[in-house]
Amino acid sequence: MKGSRWRLPLRYMVLLYLALLVLVPVGAVFFHAFSGGLGAAWNGFTAPDALDALLLTLIVVAIAVPLNTIFGVGVSLILARHRFPGAWLLDALVDIPLAISPVVIGLSLILVYGHTGWWGNWLAARGITVIFSVPGIVMASAAVSLPYVVRGVLPVLQEIGTEQEQAARTLGAKPFTVFRRITLPSIRRGLAYGVTLTTARVLGEFGAVSIVAGAFAGKTQTYTLFISQSIDNLKPQSAYVGAVVLCLAALIVLTTLTLTDRNRDAWHGKAAA
Amino acid sequence: MSSAGVSVGDLGLSGDLGAPADRRPGRGRWRRTPPAAPPPALVAAGRLAGRIGGPALAITYLSLLVLLPLAALFTNAFSGGWSAFWAAVSNPQAVSALQLTLMLSAIVAVVNSIAGLAISFVLVRDDFRGKALVSAVIDLPFALPTVVAGLTLLTLYGVDSPLHVNLAGTRLGVAAALLFVTLPFCVRSVQPVLAELDDEIEDAASSLGASRRQVLVRVILPSVLPSVLAGAGLAFARAIGEYGSIVLISGNLPGKTLLASSYIFGLSQSDDLPGASAVSVVLVAIALLVLMVIGWARRRFEIPETA
Repeated sequence: MKGSRWRLPLRYMVLLYLALLVLVPVGAVFFHAFSGGLGAAWNGFTAPDALDALLLTLIVVAIAVPLNTIFGVGVSLILARHRFPGAWLLDALVDIPLAISPVVIGLSLILVYGHTGWWGNWLAARGITVIFSVPGIVMASAAVSLPYVVRGVLPVLQEIGTEQEQAARTLGAKPFTVFRRITLPSIRRGLAYGVTLTTARVLGEFGAVSIVAGAFAGKTQTYTLFISQSIDNLKPQSAYVGAVVLCLAALIVLTTLTLTDRNRDAWHGKAAA
Repeated sequence: MSSAGVSVGDLGLSGDLGAPADRRPGRGRWRRTPPAAPPPALVAAGRLAGRIGGPALAITYLSLLVLLPLAALFTNAFSGGWSAFWAAVSNPQAVSALQLTLMLSAIVAVVNSIAGLAISFVLVRDDFRGKALVSAVIDLPFALPTVVAGLTLLTLYGVDSPLHVNLAGTRLGVAAALLFVTLPFCVRSVQPVLAELDDEIEDAASSLGASRRQVLVRVILPSVLPSVLAGAGLAFARAIGEYGSIVLISGNLPGKTLLASSYIFGLSQSDDLPGASAVSVVLVAIALLVLMVIGWARRRFEIPETA
């Protein structure tokens, strides 16, 4: 395509498309968030209900991400290192949350853990509230972000093989030592990639959480719910500030993904090589 | 979780071969005594637990979060029998929401496939300052929370649009949100394939007298077409379930901008759980079907899995 008369028009059409669809809208949110000055933006950020929502979201991240990380590494080890009947099924099932609308995932959780759900009576008899409460938010967040660690770690595990692990084991290393000293260092990048995607998804999850949360301000209002309810309550300034916070989080996520992605080199192709 | 399970199962091995390991490589720390071999019965039991324990824990976690809820979804959808399921799915609002969702998702998948192909071309074949930034912008929708994506579009194309383009409550606005969230799929499926494409074949075609247009249509496009279609499929599957990005801009006007996910949300809020489940089952079935076709096509045409 070098020297083609289509090169420049194509470049500018692509840049225009990306600008109108992504860059300018995101810029507009930043503009609105700070249009009242830095002080107003700070006041919006530190408003009690905003901080409550942010805190709840961070709590959910602190629970759901470690759980999914342990699950993801475990499933990856099982799928990469052991042969058993139904392994392909487990592999396929892990991906299901990627295929299903978050709203449907939230709805499905209500059908099991809600007060009219399958386990509703059993849970109610023990005084456990899942739906419209924090456990439900954690479960919804964990469910939608389930596949990411597996998708980050499994390909790496399959690629590195087992030779080093076997060598360490024949030299007498205990299984946990093998995992800590051999396996973990080699899956480090894939793991960081998966954990970052999981965190991003949990941090930003809206559909699944909004259906199970009920959003009682200060109690079950996550940060994304706070943003959408600020719009509904005609307090756009709070929403813009919240959006900026999550945009900044997304930038951190993007940077981490760029640093940890194995495919990144392939993406840039010949022009960059 | 499972690493503990695996370790129990493999204890026997390290016990048997414990003797050579009196010195750890690299650290210079001495181990006083080699570990004693556990009794064989315990080893066998441990190994069994390791083989079964890890997978069992993983399946339990998966079941609690995904499988059991989905089973409940199907059960609820058919709790009133086929007729109730059919009534829920075929009532005019459900039909129009599903139709609109499928139609908009298909249009969005086609538009973004073309855009994704053009963007991939620029990223792979063109070179200019700030290209890395463009590449990062493409991943932004992937990292950005959907509701924030919706808000950004509403800010620029909403009631108070600085461009005086008000797309709130219009199908075009919904489409813009879907274009935003599906953009990375359409680029990241095509770009690596285009990058891997061999220059020599194009050079050969050119030297044999093919025009640029012929090279593009007869050499490049056929090679990237499977990945373009795979990207379109992924975008479609993502779009039909999308909720967070469209909820602010769509206005949820029945028959005009009410999508299936919002319709399901509304039914669940008004406690019509069987109805919500029935429409969900249709949505899930379509998404799974699309993804199964993509998976089959990937194996059949050896399309790399990248997005």
